[in-house]
Amino acid sequence: MKFARLVLVNLLRNKRRTILTVLSVAVALFLFATLRSVVTALDAAGEVGSEARLITRSATGITFALPQSYYERLRAQEGVRSVSWANWFGGVYVDERNFFAQFAVDAETYLAMYPEMRMPEDQRQAFLAERTAALVGRGLMERFGWSLGQDVTLQGTIFTGDWTFTIRAVYTPDDPSFGDQLFFFHYDYLYERTNRRIIPGWYVIQLADPAAAPEVSDRIDRMFENSSNPTETETERAFNTGFMTMWGNIGFLVRAVGTAVFFAILFVAANTMMMAARERVGENAILKTLGFQDGLLFALTLVEATVITLLGGLLGVFGAKVLFRPGNPMNSFIPGFQVEWSTVALGVTIALLLGFVSGFVPAWQAKRLSVVQALRRVA
Amino acid sequence: MALVEIRDLTKVYYRDSQQIPVFEGVNLEIEQRDFLALMGPSGSGKSTLLNLLAGLDKPTAGSITVGGAQVTGMSRRQLAAWRARHIGFVFQFYNLLPVLTAYQNVELPLLLTSLSRKERREHVTTVLDVVGLTDRADHFPRQLSGGQEQRVGIARAIVSDPTILLADEPTGDLDAKSADEILTLLQRLNEEFSKTILLVTHDAHAAERAHAVMHMDKGVLSR
Repeated sequence: MKFARLVLVNLLRNKRRTILTVLSVAVALFLFATLRSVVTALDAAGEVGSEARLITRSATGITFALPQSYYERLRAQEGVRSVSWANWFGGVYVDERNFFAQFAVDAETYLAMYPEMRMPEDQRQAFLAERTAALVGRGLMERFGWSLGQDVTLQGTIFTGDWTFTIRAVYTPDDPSFGDQLFFFHYDYLYERTNRRIIPGWYVIQLADPAAAPEVSDRIDRMFENSSNPTETETERAFNTGFMTMWGNIGFLVRAVGTAVFFAILFVAANTMMMAARERVGENAILKTLGFQDGLLFALTLVEATVITLLGGLLGVFGAKVLFRPGNPMNSFIPGFQVEWSTVALGVTIALLLGFVSGFVPAWQAKRLSVVQALRRVA
Repeated sequence: MALVEIRDLTKVYYRDSQQIPVFEGVNLEIEQRDFLALMGPSGSGKSTLLNLLAGLDKPTAGSITVGGAQVTGMSRRQLAAWRARHIGFVFQFYNLLPVLTAYQNVELPLLLTSLSRKERREHVTTVLDVVGLTDRADHFPRQLSGGQEQRVGIARAIVSDPTILLADEPTGDLDAKSADEILTLLQRLNEEFSKTILLVTHDAHAAERAHAVMHMDKGVLSR
């Protein structure tokens, strides 16, 4: 500890340079924490969804709807316990920047199929009983400061006009990856206001036995193969994974950006340390003359570099942790998006590694410094 | 037995394949409590001899013994530890660390000891009092005059109570009055505190303060 002052005064010797280096490391580690959290959230979202539920959608594409008549035919299939359906609504709340997902669902069958959405029983009954009622995730309630019983008006983009809903129930998901920023309302309300011109966007099928998923999926798709609306059926988990791959190869992108950022910051930090070390060649020679060991000067230089990168790292990853805490606005796009503690730990480890790598060369130079040659420059 | 014994000391520098001899077969003895001045023109090898004596450089041949310890046989690590305990070095340009106060500069050699913070404070306060800078303890080098900076440099050199004080042109960057004060201080350290001093200087007036004067010219040491 008695050498801590030496490290401190050297860090504060050129405050502007130290602050700029700390900030550059902070920005890099903030970026790292954010990008990695995108990947982990997308991975987790791809994992969410039951293997016991199937999604049947149009083989043409997810934006194409399916006939209502499919409902009874799906229900009649062997191995199918129950069937529900949903539609994408795509409304805007006040401003387009306030994006969140809204679904029109067949409420009774849908809620029965999704026990992972937890809500008080009286709220569930209130939602089921009222045609213009809405079921809202807790995160979304907090994001907009909504309260139970409040009317919320969405401006339809696919289904034009103003749509007013009354919040009757608030759900909390068992698994954060399910997302707590979703908005559900009754398909019946959509059906009536659009003069019955709307048909289901996709069907959700609860299987009696998850092991039968491949066989049932195949049978359903073969059943509609030669119709005017062929289907594509897969497990909900496979559907979510496929949906997430629409983002592209995020993992590769994050790794590429992360690597580029790491090396860019490594060069910045290394350059700073080299500059600081060059300025102190004479002082290191004096310290050696006083009896400071080579190893001690090596350690002091390395600690100095590590303090800089560690400060930046802590600032960056904890900044990201605070900014992207659960319920942050990004959850509308990526359910469960938050900076995990494992990401914080990895970020801090990277910061330490960065300090070691950037400080190693100047520390080695300080260790190997020839006192006689260096003193000639200052004495 | 003399405090310092230099036997057949030879130093040759090598530049590529070219040999540059500095001196050859130098012999010298310095007694305890001696105050010896070493004079000579630039490039005569005075500073090289001082560096070898401080264990900052390795001789090509010969031996140096200080207080019974064979300096020439020590490793880099052993030399650093030995220097911290036995050598006090005073530089021409003071060489204080600009980011540390006078107190902190003087405390530096004590950081290498096992002394407690309180003990270090007592030592630093004592030597700052000896050099007459108690009231300047919290000043940074840029806030001190050249003479004051050199007194801090001397305080730093003596704070760990070294076996020998090596002063390399300590008055070379000072005006006459400050130089005189520094020489008086060195003389006092020798007389009152029994410090053994080797003073390298160009200045004959400075050398007069020493008990004896040695001359080095073209690698040859003479009285």
